[in-house]
Formats: sequence, C-alpha cells, structure tokens
Amino acid sequence: MSATGAAAGRLERREGRVRSLADYYATTMRTTIQRNFQYRAATYGYTIGMVAEPTIYLVVWSTIARGEGGSIGGLDPGHFAAYYIVWTLVRIMNITFTPYGWEWRIREGQLSGWLLKPIHPIHYDIAWFAGQKLPWLVMYVPIGVGLSLAFHPVFHTSPLSVVVFLVAIWGAYLVRSIGLWLLGMCTFWTTRGSAIFETYLLAELLLSGRLLPLQLMPHWSQTLAAVLPFKWTFYFPIEALIGGYSTGTLLRGLGFQLLWIAAGALTVKVFWRVSVRHYSAVGN
Amino acid sequence: MPLVEVSGLTKVFRVPEREAGMRAATRSLFRRQWREVRAVDGISFAIEPGEVVGFLGPNGAGKTTTLKMLSGLLYPTGGELRVLGHVPSGREREYLRRMTLVMGNRNQLQWDLPALDSFELNRAIYRLPRDDFARTRDELIDLLDIGDLVRKPVRQLSLGERMKVEVVGSLLHLPQVLFLDEPTIGLDVTMQKRIRAFVADYNARYGATVLLTSHYMADVEALCRRVIVIHHGQLLFDGALAALTHRFAPQKTIEAVLADGETIRLSVPKEEASAATARLLAEHEVLDLTVEEPPIEDVIERVFASGAPA
Repeated sequence: MSATGAAAGRLERREGRVRSLADYYATTMRTTIQRNFQYRAATYGYTIGMVAEPTIYLVVWSTIARGEGGSIGGLDPGHFAAYYIVWTLVRIMNITFTPYGWEWRIREGQLSGWLLKPIHPIHYDIAWFAGQKLPWLVMYVPIGVGLSLAFHPVFHTSPLSVVVFLVAIWGAYLVRSIGLWLLGMCTFWTTRGSAIFETYLLAELLLSGRLLPLQLMPHWSQTLAAVLPFKWTFYFPIEALIGGYSTGTLLRGLGFQLLWIAAGALTVKVFWRVSVRHYSAVGN
Repeated sequence: MPLVEVSGLTKVFRVPEREAGMRAATRSLFRRQWREVRAVDGISFAIEPGEVVGFLGPNGAGKTTTLKMLSGLLYPTGGELRVLGHVPSGREREYLRRMTLVMGNRNQLQWDLPALDSFELNRAIYRLPRDDFARTRDELIDLLDIGDLVRKPVRQLSLGERMKVEVVGSLLHLPQVLFLDEPTIGLDVTMQKRIRAFVADYNARYGATVLLTSHYMADVEALCRRVIVIHHGQLLFDGALAALTHRFAPQKTIEAVLADGETIRLSVPKEEASAATARLLAEHEVLDLTVEEPPIEDVIERVFASGAPA
C-alpha cells in the first residue's frame, strides 16, 4: 500500500472511530432520557431539590445586601438573583458521577462489567449524565420562571455572552466530570475514596463561586481560585451570562476551560493505566 | 494451536487482617497487619478452539479469580497468559470485542429499562452493524425463547428470566471465547436445562470456546468432556471427565432389590463389577438390579478431599 493509501486508511479508521463514538454517545443519552421518562416524578423531585441550595444563598445574600444599604461588594439584589438563578442552571449542567458512585459501583460489580467492554468507561459516565441534563433542564424552565418573578434578576447579556454561556456550561460539565473521575480513580487504591471527595467539596464551595460570587471572597481566595480549576465549573459560566464580560474575557475563559479539559483528560489517561492494575474486583 | 494458554499463573492479594473487638481495632490504628493470600498459585493449562471445559473447585479455590485474569479484569501477580493471541491484562479493544465473561450473580443490564434498550447500547459499544446486530439479537432471543421478556423492565424479571436475558446481552457481539462463572446459580431445574442447552447450541453453532465454572455437576456433565479442577489455587486435575471418575472413584455401585424385599448395595472395583453382578444373580432371586458409576458430586468431593496436585 502506498503512503497516501495508508494515510487515507488511517483517516478512514479514525473517522470510523469518531462516528462510532458519536453513535455510542447518542445511544447512551437516549437511554438516559428514556429512563428519566420512566421516573418523571422522581426526576422532578431531584430538580426541585437542586433549587433549595441556591434559593437559600439567594435569600441570605439579598437580605444582607439590603441591610448594607442596597449592595454588598458592588452586587445588588438584582445581581444576586441573576447569579443564583443561573447558578441552578449551571449546577444542573455540572452534576456528574462522584466518588460515592465509584464506591457503589465497585461494590456492586458494575465497574467490572464496564471494564469488560471495549470502550473506556469515562465515556459512559459523560454520556449518561449528559443525557440526564436534557430532562432536568426542561423541568427547570418553569421553576426558573417562578424564581425570576419572585426575585427580579438583572442580566447584562449580549448575543456573544449567550453563545459563550451555552458552550461554557458544557465546558464546566467536562472540567468537573474529569476532575471527579480522577478523584474516583483513587477508589482503586483506597476503598473509601469518598473521604477525599469531602475535601474536594469544601474547596469547591470556597473556590468555585458555588457558595457566593468570587468577588466577595477574600483576596487570597480569589488568587488561589485563579490557578485552580474550580472557578471554571461555576463562577465563569454564570458570570459569562450575567456579568457583562468583554469579548476577550469571555474567549479567555473558554480557553482556560479547554486547557483544564485537556490537562484533565491527559491525567486520566495516564492515571487510568496505572490505577486499573490495582483493581481487585472486590465484591463480585 | 491453543486458544487459551496459561502458564504458571499466580495471583496474590494482600488483605488487612485483625482480631475482633475494640482492643484489636484500636491496635490496628497504629499497627496494621496484612496477610498475603495466594488465590491462584502457579496453574498452567491450555484450551483448544471450540472446547467446552468445566472449571471446578470448592468455594475460594481460585476459579473466579482465574476467570477474571483471563478476561482482563485482574492483573496477574505472576505467570503468563494469552487468550486469542492477546495478553488479557493489556485490555486491548480487539480482545474485549472477541470475548465475554458472564457472572451468574451480577447484572450488567440497565435495571429500569427493557432489555432491548440495553441490547441497543451493546450494539453501540461493540460497533455492530445494525443489520447484523438485529439478526443476531433475534436469533438469540428465539434460541432462548425470551421474546416476551425483553420488552419488560429488567427489574421486573425473575432471577431465571434475568439470567437468560443477561446471557443474550453478553453474546450479541458473538464472542469467540466465553467465560461463564456459575451461569445457572440460583435457577430452577428447568431454567438450568435451558441455559445448558443454549450454551451447547451456541458452541455448536459458532464454534466458540467455553470455560465454565459451576457448582451444579449437571451443568458440567451436560456440557463438558474435559474438566480442570483446582483447590487452594493449585491444579488438582486436568483431563477428561470420564478419566476423573476413573482415577478418583475406581468403583461401581451395584444395587439389587431381592424377592424378599431386602435391598443390597455393593461397592466393587470396576473390573470386578460384571463378576460380582453375575454372582449376585446366581445366588439370589433378584427383582431389580442397577449398576452405576458413583455420582459425579461424590467423585468431585473425593478430588477436593485428596488435595493432591495432578
């Protein structure tokens, strides 16, 4: 075979792999959506449950802002309302498989099943939770409208910020998914990997904008957040939509998300090869 | 050329260990004790294409650990292993596409959805052309007669029904090597027969190689001409099922019901069985007479009890 022919063959195989992976993602997402239809009441329950956390933050910070004469750190109740309403959307998008799930699936033998398949299990997790987003988002629409009527959010959006937001929420999902996958892989080394997850959650609360907008955090915390991945999973996508960011800031934000996704994917690839050798297939 | 080649295969687990009670728990905080368990201890065997081999041993013998190493789930501590020309622990996609491991007590289907949806997911995972997939799926569904079951959510199926559906799901990609770990566990006699017939049929139809563990000797008798017996991770026997009986139970049981209602049961060496039967018939008025090999369960029990490597 000529060099051109070999290159064409490689390209065809690569295209075939991409098509197969796309088919796999589409099939898994369809399966997830079907499962959500089966349990629509439960899905609605989860969605409502997700609203509780940001609503508490919203009420608390709006009250404090009013008590401080209408704003705190330059943020007024309208901004807080916008922040936490979009927060919920972002939260729906960045929910992913946690180390608690890893412990469960090892104990139940689910991971063994996945290791026998000719596809990396991370694809299943990403596709599965991506499929979950669609019904959750649809169910969130009336809740979001209700919250908007109650709290009067103020948005500073532009067509570009909407587009960037739509990309950034998927970026946030991938950054968080890959990060938690790395933590989950610790379960290959210790049976209680979820303990590490608790520490992760604390860091996420303080450094991601999950607890409160980062501009209200101490300076050291903002500096630390700038070099860690957490802010790209909450703060950036939220502020991209509501904060009136410049084009440069928006595009730089997407670039950082891409950087963290690439770094995370590479680390998963390397760590996976080492970790899977330690798998003891306990519990099945 | 063998399809499965195992040489000196070893798996050692390091497990934490402590006595019961608060004192031991507190002590373990400062000084944790570990014990090495040699689950598989240097076993070697080879399996030719198309063979159906029974893999026997008591609980904890190392059967499942061996199957997990063969399927690439576990990384061996020592020894060499090749299946279909691949090193299983390399977990190459090409290898995973050509084998399957079915565990009788594990569910790999989507619990809340009809099995057909899980089958569709397997189509995408194994990159099966839609037409081929549909043909194989329908053929396997017909073979196990589960047309009504695949449309019900998996959680609503009984254990036996779920197992049949599970088996079909594991074979949609038409694997050349099947590792079956107690595929009939917990099933009633009818279901067991059905699964056995299906495995035999699949082997005949596709020339697949099968390594089967089971505590039901009926499975082994129905499917396997050859058995491998392991105990404490070591190989005790590898050969024909008939040779196992001959070696570990060199006797036959003669049972006679006499005219006066008395029942006589004799255990005699195999080579003397015909002479003993003739003498019995000559000396007594016999109403009914049976000459049998000892039950395979008894033979296996003797093999385990002997504990002597082959």
